[in-house]
Amino acid sequence: MGRYIAKRVGLALVTLVLLSMIVFAAAQLLPGDLGRSVLGRDASAEAVAEYNHAHGTDRSAVVQYLDWASGLPRADFGKSLVPPEEPVWDVIRPALLNSLKLAVYAFLLVVPFGILGGILSGLRVGKATDRGITVVGLSLAVVPEFVTGLVLILVFSIWAGWLPVTAQWEPGAGPLDQVKHLTLPAIALTLVLFGYVARITRAGVVEALEADYTRTAFLKGLPRKTVIRRHVLRNAILPTIAVVATQVGYLLGGLVAIELLFNYRGIGLTTLEAAQLRDYTVLSAGVLVIGFTYVVVTLIADIISALLNPRIRFEASE
Amino acid sequence: MTSFAEPAARSESSVARRERLRLLVRSPSFIVGAVVILFWITCAVLGDRITPYDPRFDQTPEIGAAPSWQHLFGTDRLGRDVFSRVLAGSRDILLIAPLATLLATLIGTTLGLITGYFKGIADDTISRVVDALLAIPLILLAVTVVAALGSRSTWTVIIVIAAVFSPIIARTVRAAVLGEADLDYVEAARLRGEQSPYVMFSEVLPNVMPPILVEATIRLGYAIFAVATLSFIGFGLQPPSPDWAVQIADNYQDLAFEWWTVLFPAMAIASLVVAVNLVSDSVQQVLER
Repeated sequence: MGRYIAKRVGLALVTLVLLSMIVFAAAQLLPGDLGRSVLGRDASAEAVAEYNHAHGTDRSAVVQYLDWASGLPRADFGKSLVPPEEPVWDVIRPALLNSLKLAVYAFLLVVPFGILGGILSGLRVGKATDRGITVVGLSLAVVPEFVTGLVLILVFSIWAGWLPVTAQWEPGAGPLDQVKHLTLPAIALTLVLFGYVARITRAGVVEALEADYTRTAFLKGLPRKTVIRRHVLRNAILPTIAVVATQVGYLLGGLVAIELLFNYRGIGLTTLEAAQLRDYTVLSAGVLVIGFTYVVVTLIADIISALLNPRIRFEASE
Repeated sequence: MTSFAEPAARSESSVARRERLRLLVRSPSFIVGAVVILFWITCAVLGDRITPYDPRFDQTPEIGAAPSWQHLFGTDRLGRDVFSRVLAGSRDILLIAPLATLLATLIGTTLGLITGYFKGIADDTISRVVDALLAIPLILLAVTVVAALGSRSTWTVIIVIAAVFSPIIARTVRAAVLGEADLDYVEAARLRGEQSPYVMFSEVLPNVMPPILVEATIRLGYAIFAVATLSFIGFGLQPPSPDWAVQIADNYQDLAFEWWTVLFPAMAIASLVVAVNLVSDSVQQVLER
């Protein structure tokens, strides 16, 4: 087991290094002449050269990358290119915290509902309930978040007037007020992931229903309810939660459109605005932080899955 | 290299193909999906010829009018007929998303064949890079590249989506190729002295077509999703395209007053992605049974 974990951690580290290279190449090398890009076409050649020298972008790509990468472990991403040229981390950190709130809320919604849906359809495989949950879940999963979000805003805040239109609360708002503001965006994210969670749970339930231990339990005369609760669900749900955690990537990707739609100052909106303003240092930091989160959460989920699954657990220790 | 067994084998495979088609046509979700897709393709092809008003410029005197018999879906704040714009809005996305998917499938299949067939260091390296690339949500990667290139042309969007999808497709193809590479027919082709490219493309490729087809239809769904999302956040199609997501981006701030300018294009996007998903789901079920 220790070797399995060590191997996964090692691979994750390699992935993180490659990730930083990709992000650096895409966000900081691809734009080409940074001074020209920031100062515009009319700037003099001297001004551009001076700007590039001041920002270190007149050095070779390798030197620039190493300089940038060496700051990463200390969360030093350099300075924003847009006045007032704040340190990038000061821009990113509060946004990250906001997104975290939204993501956690969405996860707290999607896990129980998705698992419930999956259990319902897994226990009625092939019946109308199963087909209905599967088709609705799959359909919601492919509709872009901003479309679902718009319909939710229209129905629940504009027509019904129950919830606020934007997710951005007034400064100093209490936790309950914040939850109220985050409910619609969290539901929009939940709807996208619901089908996936339900499908994984359903597969787990079906597998557990067909397993030998379930048959044994039935044969020794346990009532159906007890078998389902004690044998089927217990075996189906724990691995599901771990697998679901690997879906954080989709959740993070969905944050961009949702945060824009609900005007919520999270990491998605911050990164998007950096892209619009061509603030490449903030842009690369935003993308990197999101990628980093994805890699780390996936790693943790993988390890938990392995711990829960005796097949992987023993295979790995051989 | 012809053998006597070949005609028989061919007819056998064509029987299997006809059987699959029959199964597809019998599946209700395939029918529903296909009808909706055909509807939007028809609209895309006919374009301005079937819209009651000019979707782009022709301004009617009514500005921001609610739905009525005159304007089924109302008019937007420039007085353009929303119904006409919804009908015309399928064209750009139905060009871009399939093109990006096709490009990604071609590149991804080639990459997957090569890495799966040769294995080794190249294979390991590519797998690691793909893992790292997949850690970045597609939308953010596209936004980054579009911002870095400073060009929001349609081709940039197509190439970015293709670039992100091809390693994903390559991974699927590679897995399928790994399953084939040890089979006897591959060994036989090698022993009769065929070159690697011939073995890969003429022997292995036909046998891994089903997973490639499934993957391509799934990717098409995601491509539509991605193009729509990129257009909504301002990094995809640009006004005055009557594209659905562009319409939404243009009007969603006025949702409280002119909901019809947003809700109808939103429904159109939903109908298209759900239809593509229904079709890809049925294709998957038929090919993998």
